[in-house]
Amino acid sequence: MATANIQVSETPLVLYALRRADDALILGHRLSEWCGHAPMLEEDMALSNIALDLIGQARELYTYASKVEGKDNDEDKLAYLRDIRQYRNLLLVEQPNGDFAQTLVRQFFYSAFADLYWRAMMNSRDTTLAAIAAKSEKESAYHLRHASEWLIRLGDGTDESHARAQAAIDHLWAFTGEMFAVDDGERALIHAGIAIDPGTLRGRWLQTLSNVASEATLVLPENDWMQQGGRTGRHSEHLGHLLSELQSMQRTFPGLTW
Amino acid sequence: MYTQALNTAEADDRGPEDAAKAAQFQARIDAEERIEPNDWMPSAYRKTLTRQISQHAHSEVVGMLPEGNWITRAPTLRRKAALLAKVQDECGHGLYLYAAAETLGSSREELVDAMLAGKAKYSSIFNYPTLTWADIGTIGWLVDGAAIMNQIPLCRCSYGPYARAMIRVCKEESFHQRQGYEIMLTLCRGSDEQKAMAQESLNRWWWPVLMMFGPPDATSQHSDTSTKWKIKRFSNDELRQKFVDATVPQAHYLGLSIPDPGMIQDADGHWRYSEIDWTEFKQVLAGNGPCNRDRMAARRKAHAEGAWVREAAAAYAAKRAQRQTAQAAE
Repeated sequence: MATANIQVSETPLVLYALRRADDALILGHRLSEWCGHAPMLEEDMALSNIALDLIGQARELYTYASKVEGKDNDEDKLAYLRDIRQYRNLLLVEQPNGDFAQTLVRQFFYSAFADLYWRAMMNSRDTTLAAIAAKSEKESAYHLRHASEWLIRLGDGTDESHARAQAAIDHLWAFTGEMFAVDDGERALIHAGIAIDPGTLRGRWLQTLSNVASEATLVLPENDWMQQGGRTGRHSEHLGHLLSELQSMQRTFPGLTW
Repeated sequence: MYTQALNTAEADDRGPEDAAKAAQFQARIDAEERIEPNDWMPSAYRKTLTRQISQHAHSEVVGMLPEGNWITRAPTLRRKAALLAKVQDECGHGLYLYAAAETLGSSREELVDAMLAGKAKYSSIFNYPTLTWADIGTIGWLVDGAAIMNQIPLCRCSYGPYARAMIRVCKEESFHQRQGYEIMLTLCRGSDEQKAMAQESLNRWWWPVLMMFGPPDATSQHSDTSTKWKIKRFSNDELRQKFVDATVPQAHYLGLSIPDPGMIQDADGHWRYSEIDWTEFKQVLAGNGPCNRDRMAARRKAHAEGAWVREAAAAYAAKRAQRQTAQAAE
């Protein structure tokens, strides 16, 4: 028996919360895949910790999206009963873990943004989003520190680690532009003081990247062609596999309490 | 999660150590004093503890795999977060225990290498597969429950660092145990399908869990030294019986049946279980359990694939130290 996908009324605010929730869940899920398989026990701990923070953020954001939507779509329905075309996360966060360098670079690109983003969102006129931001900002600052320190170690470590870190940067760079994109619905929220304009964060984000990259003896790519589509449900092929795993229990045993 | 009661202690200390020191050491143990890393200790005591603590650490780390198998498939976000946090705790226990073992003079690398080479053991229970979500409940309820039975007495172990590590570990394990039981309770109050899932899981895990306490006392050869040194305070069979007595009523409360038709309650209230299939236990210890090869392969893969990361971290640390020395010299 298959369970039908839920239908979400994506008003601008619902969609806004859902996009950030999906980012946090998918990235948290990816990081949780490392648990038990990391290069050292300390990183099993650290990556799980970051995953837990992100899953926690996702839960708060889903719960808020659900409240704003005002239907019966709770956090679990939103996470487990939407199909790939209904997921709204950035393409960056769904990219596979690859090697440790790829995981860390993905985290670095995202956390360098999230750190600035949540700090700015603490001033949102939406008190729930501001409260979520206050908690998430503290977490993101730590995530950024962890990823930065590792990127420096890998970049300035051995020839092999340098090459792997550089390859990861080159590979993931094209997925970073989407973080700064805004559509009409979001523009309205920005005007209303509920959301912030991510475009205003790009300069500082680049500054963080270039500071860390320079200490790590790594180079940021020159090309500015950016992939987009995650925010409207046009994902990479990777997300479907992730979702089939994430959702397997709810799809196999519909409507039960766990 | 838990150290197997393997009874592998060295029988005697045969080194040329001073008999007077040995007598003094035993007197301290008898007086319930804690032995600390810098204290004199018989080499067999050191060896026994290194083996036991490192086996315990390996068990925690390998134990991450069967439960980790369900992190990406946990049925709700709350369950996902709780399971991830739990497996992370097990990892923390591993780290903690490797640190305790290191106080006896072996490095974490040496100990891990011995495990990866197949020379050191870990608890046999982790060589069984987690097939359904109910197994996550059963592991918390029974495997962690058995671990607690074993580990509570270890909080009074004569070796200070191990005893202190156990205090914290036991607190976390008892939380895990309640969490596991709560998963079972939810299943047992759910649909027929969920209840069947819980029963089927209990059926698979019951006997392997009883084996976690180690071979029966009648066949144990080395318990004496560990008991004399107050590393071990209860025999395998005593702990197993305590566990069974505590668990049977919990199963009844869930509405589940223990898969042992011969089980009876005696006049003293103890639940008497049927003969355990020790052939299976020996086979699993010998490497022939359903998942021995998979578990070792997973740990070896993580270790091998992480080598370049550990090398990079070491190379960077060395470069940094060199730069700091150069800077200080300027």
